[in-house]
Amino acid sequence: MSKIPLPIVQERRERQRPATPPTEDIREKVFEIEDAGEWTVHRVPEPYTEVTTKYGRTKKIPHQGLWHHKSCGQCGHIPGYSTAIFWLMRKLGFEYDDPKDQTSCTAWNYYASATSNSAAQAAVAMRNFGAAYESEHFPLIHCGTSYGHYKDVREELVAHPHLRAKVRSILDKLGRPFVMPEEIVHYSEWVYAMRHEFAARQVLDLSEITATVHPACHYHKLVVEDAIYDPDIYGGQRTAVVTAVAQALGAEVADYSTWFDCCGFGFRHILVQRDFTRSFATQRKIEVMVDEANPDVVLTHDTGCVTTLDQSQFSGKAHGRKVGVPVMSEAQFAALAMGAHPYKVCQLHWHNTENRPLLEKMGIDWKERWREFEDELKQLESGEKEYVTWDDVDAEPVATGSDS
Amino acid sequence: MTLAPNSYTEIPYEEKKRLFDEMRADPRYQDHLYGCYECGICVAACPSARFYDFSPRKIAQALARQDVELIYEQLNDDIWNCSQCFSCTRCPRGNNPGGLITVMREVAVNNGLGSARDALEGYGRVVYKIMGTGTQVSPDMLQPNAFPDWGPHVKEISDHLDVWRRALPPETLHTTTTAWQVDDRTITELYFIWHATGVMEMIEEVDEGLYEILNDVMEDVLEDAGFDDL
Repeated sequence: MSKIPLPIVQERRERQRPATPPTEDIREKVFEIEDAGEWTVHRVPEPYTEVTTKYGRTKKIPHQGLWHHKSCGQCGHIPGYSTAIFWLMRKLGFEYDDPKDQTSCTAWNYYASATSNSAAQAAVAMRNFGAAYESEHFPLIHCGTSYGHYKDVREELVAHPHLRAKVRSILDKLGRPFVMPEEIVHYSEWVYAMRHEFAARQVLDLSEITATVHPACHYHKLVVEDAIYDPDIYGGQRTAVVTAVAQALGAEVADYSTWFDCCGFGFRHILVQRDFTRSFATQRKIEVMVDEANPDVVLTHDTGCVTTLDQSQFSGKAHGRKVGVPVMSEAQFAALAMGAHPYKVCQLHWHNTENRPLLEKMGIDWKERWREFEDELKQLESGEKEYVTWDDVDAEPVATGSDS
Repeated sequence: MTLAPNSYTEIPYEEKKRLFDEMRADPRYQDHLYGCYECGICVAACPSARFYDFSPRKIAQALARQDVELIYEQLNDDIWNCSQCFSCTRCPRGNNPGGLITVMREVAVNNGLGSARDALEGYGRVVYKIMGTGTQVSPDMLQPNAFPDWGPHVKEISDHLDVWRRALPPETLHTTTTAWQVDDRTITELYFIWHATGVMEMIEEVDEGLYEILNDVMEDVLEDAGFDDL
């Protein structure tokens, strides 16, 4: 598809950007509530990277000492997604906590079934934030829906004192501190902040790889002003996460016209009404990408998007649609670029759409890597070993944390 | 979605008005609705509008006009088609039709409306999983009969589930019945939250059987943990 030249987009952005952001900075209110003695603000630990959000504000992205708020769909059905995030952190030698004292944000169910309410959702969020604070680690949110929903919860708690009081009384009964993080940080923001560190450790040449990027709805459409935008990426007109990472790794990011469309996940639809999900994912996303960009891979940064765009292609193929593009997170893509094992770390055998041609194009000997993985499986099946461990995947050791 | 309300005449206007008032009483309602230009940007961005007879613009307009009859019809016929992606927040007036629909769905569940019961039919196992275990989906939910449209790949995962989970380096992921390992204390706290915030009553409204099962699971755990003042 034809593109608007970047200088024109950038000039338009500068001309149209309001002198003052159209929304208030919620973080100022968060600190005011702390000053009033109502909650504690969990400060972003140093060192951190400052990034720019939609209306030009600065957001702090912490480097390490992070509490990994895991994602249901990632851990349950595409576990190489979570594993790759941990692996990247370990390769940089960063200490972290992979907690068992964490529940789901429960927002997938909330958006699917509405069998919950504001107080319950806020209490779950604040319980998890309290657990992170007690562990002396700062929360890093793996799921796009958890991230967007927690930002919504923050707005509701700031706006409604009676809701704060109710949730605080629940946290008191649980014996948990009432804590709001200074920033709510998505893992893809950490990956964006660390992209040049990854590029410096890259072992594969990705210059022949063309990627299309699907920005996750709940990342950039819920509490929009908090998402990362970068004048050097799309002229600052779209969120920069994922795209900036792929470009830093030397891949070409190709554009397509339906980039703003959702993936078709639908929350309830992916579980009980997948005719919608399948049709939307293949006809409005994958086929458009194939027609307009012919990508080698689709990169995205949320649980539901990887699942939907990947799994929906099987039925599309059965119906002769133009599908067949592998889908993964940018964390898995970056890990592969840095030499991560495609099966022991990125766990690509949990993905559905054929990805071996992509691996070959990336310079990965998938046959040999699969043989190595099968050797591990044999050892597990024979009882020779109980688990594959981090020692088996060539990761750097970390100092502390429940998963070290 | 019809242009003019012509159904549910058997439901008294007062009952429809009561439900509308319940929506408006939600603290989020005022933050989600500012008016409507009828520009259609929300519809253009809406995935569900491409697939169903569904319009976020009509939802926002009916609520702004306080058209109680049409709102009741939407409450029964439309709201469960929404994808909750919030693409409609592109609205130049700052409306959030997706957020309004979240509120409407809560009212439908709270009042045990037929639309909520229908929408949640077949969904009970997911509600049980998230409320009972603290994670929404688990590896053992990947069964061929549940995901036939995902192809033979699902059976391959299911056949190798135990060993493939043990082949994951993070020790919290060696689970098959939950997405990750969740501590007992953590689960107990979640049970307390469901009880303390009225979520259990919501479940009772739409699925009494599920409510009984969940309550059986939670009751002893909460009592043992000393949460006996629910």
